[in-house]
Amino acid sequence: MHRTGELYGQFETLEQQKESAALGMWVFLSTEVLFFGGLFMTYTLNRHYYGAAFGVGSNTLDLKLGGLNTVILILSSLTMAMSVWASHVGKRKLTTSFLIATLVLGTAFLGIKVIEYKQKFDHHLIPGYHFQIDYRAQHPAPNDAPQEIEAEKEELSKAFAKDPDLNAHAQLYFSLYFGMTGLHALHMIVGAGMLVWLIRQSIIGRFTPTYNTPVEMIGLYWHFVDIVWIYLFPLLYLIDRHR
Amino acid sequence: MSEHIVPPKVYAGIFLSLMVLTAATVAAAYVNLGPFNIVIALAIASVKATLVVLYFMHARYSPKRTQLVIVCAVFWLAIMLALTLSDYVTRDRDIAANTQVTGMLGS
Repeated sequence: MHRTGELYGQFETLEQQKESAALGMWVFLSTEVLFFGGLFMTYTLNRHYYGAAFGVGSNTLDLKLGGLNTVILILSSLTMAMSVWASHVGKRKLTTSFLIATLVLGTAFLGIKVIEYKQKFDHHLIPGYHFQIDYRAQHPAPNDAPQEIEAEKEELSKAFAKDPDLNAHAQLYFSLYFGMTGLHALHMIVGAGMLVWLIRQSIIGRFTPTYNTPVEMIGLYWHFVDIVWIYLFPLLYLIDRHR
Repeated sequence: MSEHIVPPKVYAGIFLSLMVLTAATVAAAYVNLGPFNIVIALAIASVKATLVVLYFMHARYSPKRTQLVIVCAVFWLAIMLALTLSDYVTRDRDIAANTQVTGMLGS
């Protein structure tokens, strides 16, 4: 593509170039809204029909890890926004530092997600032949608090009384849990890849106060992924905490 | 973009508001409000999402045509949710009869 300095040939001015990029990014994000929207729709219907199973499934999630991840992700949005600001005012080293901070926080989020997934494997909560919603209550680990296991048993027996097919319907909850958090995590991995590229570009001095479109556009993407999590957190972790 | 540079102070303020709202949504989940738990959870999430869109994503300082695309995205999502739900919610018994799970649906 023909380029004069920071301006690509098809644009008249830098401002027009930037506005076009932002408009295109938002059109892409609209398709992402509907992409995730289909999953949220499926979630809504199944939660409406199988509320008891969804409540039990939600209470097996680790609220401390989920809450920590929410804080980490919102913090990474802050550092991303700060790197956009730093590139606008021409602080090159600060831009790079904030981008690295964003990458580190994003990676931390994914690491915590791995720990959470591992717990679900250990507790037989992966949808499939060996799925068993009351596995942990039946086979408590030595370090599980006895009163916690008792509370879980009581909750499960109440839920089974409401819904005899609880095991099947809890699998629906966990299919959606892994589908939605998995798709979200995939977006985070793509974002992390783009951040690595951005950091490289920033180190070689590609961004100036007049040209920083890539930082802003990947920033938009990163904030969008943050918004998806803002909805996922209460919908998956906080269905039925007031037992 | 009409070169509006958002100062770090604004970003920090938005971040703090998001943290307070996160704490609020967790606290609200521990209170039994019946059907209103989900309403409050979604309301808080939507306030948080709006703050992110307006300030972190600069929608407030964007040209009108970019803002139009953002509103359209929300509108299309609303169409999908509203029309699909209006079907399921008003035809529970038909769906139950066809899927042989009468005990679970609509009762």
